Amino acid sequence: MADVAARADAASAAERRVPSRMRAILQRKSTIAFLMTLPLLLLIAVLVIYPALYALHLATLNKRMTQFIGLKNFTFLFTRETFWMVVQQSCVFALTAVFFKAVIGFIVAHLVHNVPNNKQRKWRGMLLIPWVIPPAMSTLAWLWLFDPSHSAFNWLLGHAGIGPVPWIGDANWARFSVILVNVWIGSPFFMIMYLAALKSVPEQLYEAAKIDGATWWQTMRYVTLPMMRNIIAITALFSTIVTFANFDIVRVLTRGDPLDKTHVFATWAFRVGIEGGDIPLGAAVSLFMVPILTIAAIFILRDINRRGNEA
Amino acid sequence: MTYKKDKISRRRFVAGTAATTAVAISAPYVHTAYAAGSLNVGMWDHWVPGANAVTEKLIKEWAEKEKVDVTIDFITSQGQKLNLTAVAEGQAKAGHDVLFLASWMTSRQADLLEPVDDLMADFIKENGDVSDVARYMAQIKGKWRAVPSTFGAQMKGPASRIDLLKKHAGIDVQEMYPAGAKPKSDGWTYDVFLKAAEACHKAGVPIGIGLGTTADSVDSIGAIFSAFGAVLVDKDEKITVKTDNVRQVLDYCKRLYAFLPPDAPSWDDASNNKAFVAGQVSMILNPPSAWAVAVRDAPKVAEQTWHHPMPKGPKGRYASFLQPNIGIWSFSKNKSAGKSLLRHLNTRAAAEAMVAASKGYDNPPYSKFKSFKTWAEVGPPKGTLYHYPDPHQDQILSVAAMPSPHEVAAQIYAQGTMTKMVVRHAQGEDMEKTLSWAESEIEGFMR
Repeated sequence: MADVAARADAASAAERRVPSRMRAILQRKSTIAFLMTLPLLLLIAVLVIYPALYALHLATLNKRMTQFIGLKNFTFLFTRETFWMVVQQSCVFALTAVFFKAVIGFIVAHLVHNVPNNKQRKWRGMLLIPWVIPPAMSTLAWLWLFDPSHSAFNWLLGHAGIGPVPWIGDANWARFSVILVNVWIGSPFFMIMYLAALKSVPEQLYEAAKIDGATWWQTMRYVTLPMMRNIIAITALFSTIVTFANFDIVRVLTRGDPLDKTHVFATWAFRVGIEGGDIPLGAAVSLFMVPILTIAAIFILRDINRRGNEA
Repeated sequence: MTYKKDKISRRRFVAGTAATTAVAISAPYVHTAYAAGSLNVGMWDHWVPGANAVTEKLIKEWAEKEKVDVTIDFITSQGQKLNLTAVAEGQAKAGHDVLFLASWMTSRQADLLEPVDDLMADFIKENGDVSDVARYMAQIKGKWRAVPSTFGAQMKGPASRIDLLKKHAGIDVQEMYPAGAKPKSDGWTYDVFLKAAEACHKAGVPIGIGLGTTADSVDSIGAIFSAFGAVLVDKDEKITVKTDNVRQVLDYCKRLYAFLPPDAPSWDDASNNKAFVAGQVSMILNPPSAWAVAVRDAPKVAEQTWHHPMPKGPKGRYASFLQPNIGIWSFSKNKSAGKSLLRHLNTRAAAEAMVAASKGYDNPPYSKFKSFKTWAEVGPPKGTLYHYPDPHQDQILSVAAMPSPHEVAAQIYAQGTMTKMVVRHAQGEDMEKTLSWAESEIEGFMR
C-alpha cells in the first residue's frame, strides 16, 4: 500500500516537473531571443531564402526555361567578353566607391566630432540628407545635372570657359559620374558609423596619449584607429556588399551605357534577363556576386572575430 | 392517383453531364447577358494626356453592353514596369486576363497566349491588311498570338523643323510632303540626308539621333540598317554580320556620326524630345509626342514642325514602326470575353476615337485606317501629321533586327547591338574588329 502511495507521489511530482521544465526552457534568454526573432526569420525565409533558391533553380535552366542544363549558363558566361568587362567594372566600381566613401566619411566624422555638442545635431541631420533620400530620386536629380543637353554643371563650366564635359556620354566620364553619385549617397552612412565609434573611444586614452607627448598622427595611429578598427571593417564589409549589388544608381543614370562601360552585375543581369528575355542567364549573372561577396565577408568577419578573441 | 417515380440511371446522368459540358465548351461567345463574368484588363499608360480616358470609356461601354465586370489597370512602361508585369504574370500564370504587350513580349510569351487567328481573319477582312512588321511581331510560327494594337502603336519617322531645314540645308519638307497630297519625295535620299546633317551641324542645330540603347536610338539606327539592306541575322537564323551591306551602312553611319550631337551615345528616349522642344536640333526621328509637348511649352517650335517619311536608301525607304499588341493569357478564366473585348477595340469607330484622343500619336495597324481626319486637321501647322500614318504607303515598315528569329532579334534590340556597332566603329575601332565583336555577341544570343 505504501509502495503504491510512493509511486503516486512520484508520478504527480513528474507531472509537476514537466510544466516547470517547459517554463524553464521558455524563460531561457536564448529561447526568448529565438522567439522574438522568429517573425524576422520567417520574413527572411520568404523574402530572401526562397527568391535566392528560386534564382538558383532558374540559373540551371535553358533559355526557354524548359530543360535542366546544370551549370552550362555559368560556363557560358565565362566565354563572354562583356561578362568579364562587367566583372572588372563591378570590382572597380565597388572598391573605388567604398574607398572614397570611407575616406570622406572618416574626415567628415572627425570634423563633426570636433563641433561643439550643442551644434552637432544640426550638422549630423544635414549631412545625413543624401543617405536618407531614396537613391532613385536623388540619382534622378543628378541625371538632370549631368543631362546631355541641359547639364547644369556644363552651364556653370561654360561660364568659366570650360567644357562641355560629356558626363554620361563618354565611357570614362560616365564611370566617374556613377562612382561620384554613389560616394555622395553612401558617405553619410560611413560618417555616422565612424562618429558613433569616435564617441565610444574613452577620453582617458587621449589624455594619456597627450601626457605621453603623442603627436596628432601618433594619437590617430595608436589610439583612434585601433579603437575604430572593428567598426571600419564592418562598415566597409556592409558597404562593399551594398555597393557591389547596386542597381538603382547605374540604372537611372546610364543604364549601363555607353557601350556597356558602366554596367555592374545587377544592371547587366536585368538587361540580359528582363529586357533581353533570357531569364536563366540573367539569374546566373546575378548569382556571380554571391561567391565574390562571400569570400570578402569571410575574410573580414574572420579578422573581426580574431581581434575579438584577442581582446 | 399514382405518381410515377422519376429515376435517373447512372448512364443517363453521365450522358447528360457530358452533353452539358460539351455544349458549354463548344458554345460560341454570345453577345448577350450570358457573357457575364469578370475580366481584368492591363493596358499601357499612354504618354498623351487624355488618351487613357477614351480607351477606358471604350472598354467600359463594352463591359456595360456585355454585362461583364471589368477592371482596367493602366501600367506605365517607365522603368520596364509593363514588361516586368508581363514576365511576372507569365511566370505565375496568374494576373490580368487581357494584357497590353510591348514590342517583343508577344513572341516571348507566345506559348502562354491564346491564339487569335479567328479574330485576325475577321479584322483583316474588315479593316484591311496589316503591315509586315505587325505580322512579324504578333504572328509567331504561323499563329496570331495577339492582336496588333492601335493604342500606343507609333511610327518613328522624321519630325523636322521646317524653318531650319529650309534655311541651313535648302530642303523644303512641306513641298516634299504636302498636306493632303501625294509625296514628291524622289530626291529624299540618305545622301541628301547626310548633306543636310552636315549643314545643320555647321549651323549649330544638328539632326538629333541618339546612339544609346533605348528604343528611339535603336529604332532610328534600325531603320537606316534596313534601308541599306543590312541584316545581322537572317530569317533562317544565319549570322550575316560580315556582309557588304553591313559594311556599307557602318561606313555611312560613321560619316553621319560626325554631324550628330557629341553626346549622342548617352541619349535616352527623353533626350531627343528635350533637345527638339528646346530648339537645339533641326530634326528628330520620333512620333508626334515631342511636337505635342512643343504645342504646350514651345509654340514657336511646334508651328515649325513637320512630320514626314524617312529618306530612301539603296534597298528602299524604311521606317521603324513600334507595334505593340494586346493578348489574352491562355490561363485566363474568361477568354471568350477577352476576345469579345478585342473585337470591340478593333472597330473603325474605336480606332478613330483612339487616334483622336492621342492627338494623332496612335497609328493603327490596318491599311484602311490610315486616313482619319485627325491627321489631316490637327495642328499647328495644319497638316503636320498628314503623312505621319503614311497614307500613300511611301515607306516599308520595319523594326530593328527584323527579320531575325524573335529570340535573337529581341536580344539584338534590347542590347542595342546596332547602335553599339555604330559607336564603336565611329569612335575609331577598325571595321572588321567591330564586325567580329558583333558576330561574337550574336553567337552568344543564339546559344
